[in-house]
Parts: sequence; C-alpha cells; structure tokens
Amino acid sequence: MTTVAAKPATMAQAFGRALRDAMAADPSVHVLGEDVGTLGGVFRVTDGLAKEFGDARCTDTPLAEAGILGTAVGMAMYGLRPVVEMQFDAFAYPGFEQLISHVAKMRNRTRGAMPMPLTVRVPYGGGIGGVEHHSDSSEAYYMATPGLHVVTPATVADAYGLMRAAIASDDPVVVLEPKRLYWSKDTWNPEHPTDVEPIGRAVVRRPGSSATLITYGPSVPVCMEAAEAARAEGWDLEVIDLRSLVPFDDETVGASVRRTGRAVVVHESGGFGGPGGEIAARVTERCFHHLEAPVLRVAGFDIPYPPPMLERHHLPGVDRILDAVARLQWEAGS
Amino acid sequence: MTVMEQRDAYRPTPPPAWQPRTDPAPLLPDAEPFRVLGTDAAAKADARLLHQLYAEVVRGRRYNAQATALTKQGRLAVYPSSTGQEACEVAAALVLEERDWLFPSYRDTLAAVARGLDPVQALTLLRGDWHTGYDPREHRVAPLCTPLATQLPHAVGLAHAARLKGDDVVALAMVGDGGTSEGDFHEALNFAAVWQAPVVFLVQNNGFAISVPLDKQTAAPSLAHKAVGYGMPGRLVDGNDAAAVHEVLADAVRHAREGGGPTLVEAITYRMEAHTNADDATRYRVDAEVDAWRDHDPVLLLERELTERGLLDEEGIRAVRDDAEKMAADLRERMNQDPVLDPMDLFRDVYAEQTTQLREQAAQLRAELDAEADGADR
Repeated sequence: MTTVAAKPATMAQAFGRALRDAMAADPSVHVLGEDVGTLGGVFRVTDGLAKEFGDARCTDTPLAEAGILGTAVGMAMYGLRPVVEMQFDAFAYPGFEQLISHVAKMRNRTRGAMPMPLTVRVPYGGGIGGVEHHSDSSEAYYMATPGLHVVTPATVADAYGLMRAAIASDDPVVVLEPKRLYWSKDTWNPEHPTDVEPIGRAVVRRPGSSATLITYGPSVPVCMEAAEAARAEGWDLEVIDLRSLVPFDDETVGASVRRTGRAVVVHESGGFGGPGGEIAARVTERCFHHLEAPVLRVAGFDIPYPPPMLERHHLPGVDRILDAVARLQWEAGS
Repeated sequence: MTVMEQRDAYRPTPPPAWQPRTDPAPLLPDAEPFRVLGTDAAAKADARLLHQLYAEVVRGRRYNAQATALTKQGRLAVYPSSTGQEACEVAAALVLEERDWLFPSYRDTLAAVARGLDPVQALTLLRGDWHTGYDPREHRVAPLCTPLATQLPHAVGLAHAARLKGDDVVALAMVGDGGTSEGDFHEALNFAAVWQAPVVFLVQNNGFAISVPLDKQTAAPSLAHKAVGYGMPGRLVDGNDAAAVHEVLADAVRHAREGGGPTLVEAITYRMEAHTNADDATRYRVDAEVDAWRDHDPVLLLERELTERGLLDEEGIRAVRDDAEKMAADLRERMNQDPVLDPMDLFRDVYAEQTTQLREQAAQLRAELDAEADGADR
C-alpha cells in the first residue's frame, strides 16, 4: 500500500478529486451539466473527468437547468447516481420546480420505493466580484424544502469529505460550494479515508468561552479572523462551522451556547427570512435559560445582491461581527 | 479602407459556419391525421389486436364512468376523466413491452391501469390517502404527474440511462396540449433529440387546457410540427382511432428501440367531460361541439369496424361489456372500503434515515395520538 503525503490543495481541487474518486469507486455515478466536460467546468472543478471516464459519464448538457435536473431524476429512477452542476447560484432557479416537486419529494411520493440518490452542486455566494446573478446566497430556499439535505463546506478537507458523503447518500443532497473559497488552500491528504464526513455534524473550528459565533461556508474564515481580532478586546470566541444546514446539528450548537451563554449567527444571505432566523430561534428555544443576551444575527442586507464595486459593504466583515459581539454585553432594560 | 468605402463590393454571403443540419421534410407530420378505422388500411389490421383494443377501450370507458361516480359519492377527492380519450390511453399502454416505461400525467390513470396496475392502487393519489399507491418499478409506470410536463425530462433521463446501461428500453411519456406550452416540454424534447434518447412523446390534444382552447395555447400549424425544431419526426394521428394510435406509437417505439431517437406524436382527440368534477365545461364550449365528437367516439369507431368485418356480434359486445361491468363492480366495492392510514407514516420516507428534527416531531405526534386515544377511552 502506498501512502501519499499531505500537500497543499485548493477547495476546487478537493471537490474535483471527490467527484473523480466517487466515479472510480462506483460506475453508476454520472456527472452532468453545462460545460462540465471539455471545458472542465467554469471553475475547473470537473477538469479531467470527461477525459478519464468518457463523455457518457461526464456529460455536457444543453443549457437548461430544468432539463439537467429533470433528466437526472429519470437517470436516478433507472439506478444511476447523477451529480449535476448548476454552474452559478442564480442559474439554478429555472430548475426549482424539478428540485422541489420531484427531486425532494420522489421518495415520499412513492413511499420509499423510489429514492433520489442525486447530488446537486451549486457554486454560491459573493465576494468574487461577479456581476449580477452570479453571487446569490440561495441556501434558505433549499433549507425550506423538506426532502433535501443541504451541506456547505468551509475547508478543503470538508469539501472532499462532504462531497463524497453527498454522492454516497441515498437522498438528494444540495452541495453549496462557496465560490469565494474555491481557491483557498490547505494542507490535505487526499488518500485519508477518514476524510469522508457524515452529513449533519457541525464542528467547533475554534474553542472559546465568552460567546459562540455560529456560521458556515464562506463566512467561516471571516469569523475565524473576527475571533482572532476579538482577543484584543478580551473576548474568547468559539467558532462553530455548521457544515450541514439540513439536517441541523442542534447538539453541537446547543452544547456550545449553553457553555458560553451568548451567540451570534453569521452568514452572507439576507437576514429577513434567512437561515439566521431559524438558527436563532432554535438556539433560543433550546438554551433560553443559559442565555445572557438575545441571539444576534450578522447577515447580508435584505437587498438584491449588490454590484461588485459595492459588495464589500453588503458582506458581513470582521468589524460588523465584532460590533455584534460588543452588543452581546446586553443588560436587561438596555 | 472602411466599410463605407467597400459598399459597392458588398454582396450578401451566408454566415461562414452555417449549413442546415437536417432536411426538415422527413420530420414534418402528414397534413391530415393518420387514420386506420373506416379506411382501406383497416383490412390489413390484425383482428386480434383490434379485438383487444376494443375490449380495453370498453373497459376504459366503464372505468372512467365508475371513477367519475366515485367522486360524486365522495370516495375520490377528484377525477380528471379521460372519457373520449380512451383510444390514446389504451394504445399507449399496449404498445409497450414489459421492460419499457410509461410516464403518465394526472389524466392518464387509465393508461396505468391498462398497463396492468391495480385500479385501486392507481387511484390512491386521487382518493387522497397516499400520493403514489404503487411501486413504480413493479409495472414500470412512473408516478402520475400533477405538475405539467415535468415528467417528460424524467422519461428522457430514464431512457438515456437505460441506453447507457445497454438495455433496449423505451420510455413513453404522455402530456396534454396545454403541457406543450411549459418550459419542461421544450427542455425534454431538446435533450431527447440531442441525446437521441429512446423516448416517445405522446401529446393528447383534447382541445382544451381546462378552459383555454388550442388556438389560445399555440400558433404552431400543429403540435406535431414542433418536433421539426428539435430535429425529431412529428406524427399526427386521429386520437380516437385506437388502431391508428397503436400503429403510430408502435412505429415510434420501434424507431426508438432501434436507436433512431425520439418521436413526437400528436393525437387529435376530445375531452368529453369537464376538466375535473370541479370544472364547469358549459362556460367555455357549446353542446353542438361535444355532440359532433360523439359521432367520432373511440368505442363506436372500433365497434363499427369489427361488426362490419364480422369480427364482433351482439354476443361478443355483451361479453366485453359484462367483463367491464365486473371490473367496475370490483372497483366500486373496494373503493367503498375506508383506507386505514397510520399518521406516523407522515415521517416515514422523507429521508432514508430520519433526521433528529423529524424524530422529535414524530415523538410529538405520537404523544398527541396517545393523548387522543386516552381521551377516547375515557
């Protein structure tokens, strides 16, 4: 047995490696989408797959999101495990009827007879200077749809592990790929079997005692940076990377907040009707008697995604997080 | 030199890379809907097939009547009747081999039954107990699809997957005239043609999408003409002529199985009943139009053909009707039994493995049910 040393890799490479390994391990895994073949995807995540596995298993489709998702449903009905790419967050919307009415419901409609082992890859979020329709944070739509799992990795290792778990799952999994972290590098051993991460578990990225930052995907590095900066203010912040939005890890989040007594939820998506509202409510319902302050949200503004030259004002940054942390020194009546 | 100075030398030239990919002529449908019954072609039709079609169409007519009656008795939440369209329903089911797949819309219960599904199981969606009362893999019938045209890309994907696996499976997908306006219709046909997937699309043009007539649905010369734009053959057929629908679909299935790719078939038929029991058809059409179609009824056309050729007599007609009556009596009796439902099933089959959140909610419902039972005991 040969051992491969850990070496730096980007998140995009880790996603691609996960697809490659899944295709090599299981001939029923098929990748399809717009530009995934010859070009290797606009982010090069599927680079080399068509060459290695042929265009019957890594297929350039016509440009049609409903068609991509709809044909994938039929492929799954016949026993394949399709992995579809939606190219950009806002491009997925024409496919929503297929996703919501069929992908998410097929197991339930058929009383378990027809599972949908289908993975939907959605590059999402802002911070890359994309023009409109290229930077949406669409996670709330997916979270609101029963029958879907929703995961979003923040590290190179998790990108590999969650993608493998998504493809192996007998249920549909939406993998939200944080575009802004595609080129983030990390030391990672692609041969390590424990890399496959079960869906549904959050992880404490940084232990702390004075408050908990609950976050995921593209906001994880921002929260880590905020936690470092907060040390100067005498705050010892714990950072939780949710990794999975559905199912939600109430246990890890609850244990942390019960210990620290304070929590801020951080995400790029708009706050109104956004994931933070659900998370804050869950935390409050479970940890009310341990809370020293209301659970706060630091989110993107409730606006259509802004033009790239203004996006830095919209995206939650370190200062906005630290302001929220300061507000956690809440006193009754204040 | 500028473009302005070049003006005298200008003459129109075709764009450099352009050339027609396909000669559209062979893809175009016939000017008139293809017919068999009452024409010379009927003499060549297989007598056994005609008799089978007749028996199934009569059963189908009786099934539609029984299911409609069940809505009036409150046993079915809703029933979109296919009365008048039985020839399409039956032919779609009979033309397929066991290994093939049928993708019905919500109006195509009858096609699913003609394919061999238990009539009661085929009605669970419309009764309101569970969405799909059968295992789709058992009879290779996809769930009856309520959203319009969304089952068409499923048929394409399944047929494509079967071909990738080396199986000579054909998928037949059914849609109404209204469904051809949906985006999924377009995407499915385009994918099917590009992939040369072994799929047959059957459009039952029954004149109305609820209340909207065809001329407000499309400006195309016919729905079958739409095929040309995708690069597949379009066929136009008399949808009340069971022999003709069977022949056209059989051709299309054979073509698909042999690797020839998809076909779009438009069957011209008529919905004799309202859209569903919730609809009032007198608001948008006149009796004279409905009456005109009564003379072109699918049961009548077959009965006339078989009788004139001496293949059917009074006794034969009675035997077929008795058989249909038996099916209806059995359906009535079984539908009159209240289904036994377990509320805890709500949490089953949402995911392969229940999430923590669903386990908590299941426990809540369990407690509510126990409390209800305690209350009832007291």
